[in-house]
Amino acid sequence: MTGALHLFTAMGALVQRDLSLVLRRKNDSLATLFFFAVVASLFPLGVGPEPKLLQLIAPGMLWIAALLAAMLSLNRLFADDFQDGTLDLLLLSTIPLPLAVLAKMIAHWLSSGLLLSFAAVVLALQFNLTGESVLILFLSLILGTPLFSLIGGIGAALTLGTRGGGVLLSLLILPLLIPVLIFGAGAVEAHQAGQSVAGHFYLLGALFVLSLFFAPLATAVSLRIAVE
Amino acid sequence: MPLSNINWFKYAAPQTFYDLAGKLIPWFAVGALLLGIAGLSVGLLIAPSDAQQGDAYRIIFVHVPAAWMSMLLYLLVAFWAAIGLIFNARLASMLALALAPTGALMTFIALFTGALWGKPTWGAWWVWDARLTSELILLFLYIGFLSLHAAIDDPRRADRSAAVLALIGVINVPIIYFSVKWWNTLHQGATISMTKAPTMASQMLLGMLLMAGSFWLYAIATSLYRCRTLVLEREEHAAWIMKEAQ
Repeated sequence: MTGALHLFTAMGALVQRDLSLVLRRKNDSLATLFFFAVVASLFPLGVGPEPKLLQLIAPGMLWIAALLAAMLSLNRLFADDFQDGTLDLLLLSTIPLPLAVLAKMIAHWLSSGLLLSFAAVVLALQFNLTGESVLILFLSLILGTPLFSLIGGIGAALTLGTRGGGVLLSLLILPLLIPVLIFGAGAVEAHQAGQSVAGHFYLLGALFVLSLFFAPLATAVSLRIAVE
Repeated sequence: MPLSNINWFKYAAPQTFYDLAGKLIPWFAVGALLLGIAGLSVGLLIAPSDAQQGDAYRIIFVHVPAAWMSMLLYLLVAFWAAIGLIFNARLASMLALALAPTGALMTFIALFTGALWGKPTWGAWWVWDARLTSELILLFLYIGFLSLHAAIDDPRRADRSAAVLALIGVINVPIIYFSVKWWNTLHQGATISMTKAPTMASQMLLGMLLMAGSFWLYAIATSLYRCRTLVLEREEHAAWIMKEAQ
């Protein structure tokens, strides 16, 4: 029992450490948020300000913008720790590596995905979405953005210390996140079309649970390969 | 001979593999050529026109085998990459890397011929149908595997990192295969199945099977050739290669 408690305190400490690092360097999280806002504002300029059209493409567009914004911060998930040696200490510590990795992913989600989900609510108002659609969008993002951190973490570990890390990371991870995009944006679109959203949420939830189990394991393996 | 007496790992040594592959490649290459000629003659000259699609359907003699190979080769890439990752076997990783470009080529051919067929039949080069989209993702996975491998300088680390990526991507293969069953989309379902009599003319079936055999042998020949080159590259300081070069 004390063993499990010890693990949770250690994971909590890791989350706290990463969050305080984020708070001391607010620029990174703010840049992600502003990137999200800028990309979302480009669409009406690109496709024209027709309200009906914007309302139609808003769910998919906000999801894509959130996905791209999350990609920006992913390559720093392990890179700083890799450079200053923290990662070596994590690998050597008694905490199982997958759990340590999961703690870092949780911190990453709190500082990117969660903020993006709230920002999406504000941006959605610019696109004439109804109140209920905005709520569905928010919920789908809350369930979907953790997958960005979980699956993205694998890519961040695989591309650690490689040439052209950032672009390569997006190339590897974006195809894997397509199902998340389909079901996430699909939920809002289904609601707009007057259909049930339950199926989309069930599938998002299934993807979330599967990734929650497998992604930290795969990331831990990749980290060991990268650092050895 | 009892099973335990067989040396299962004989051809896992790059040197014995190199010799064996060198002897096998001409046979596979000639076989691919002969089956290809036979398959194309049956497909283009003998098989009847389709009642609904006319002669446009004849692209399937290239399209279907390429699509089969694209999925099969990805499974093989993932299988050999996994063997290389788990047993730390050098040759298995090299084989995975050697199979990937052929797989990417097959995926591209399947998509390209599909577009050529789609224009006259569906009236569009491309539709965002479940099978087309998942095949496109397969192409991205091949490209991701190859570019991750290329981005890492140390070949052993590259092998192992790319193996993790290949294994994650395996999820996509059953999605492609069953997409036409799970989602009711534009792409037609399978005509050939193991469990019931084929619903196509026997010459069409023969042509398709001959072409599939040809593609299969072509993939083996090119992958073995590429793998031999990788062996030469990576083992360039081994004594037997120095001897080979003289």
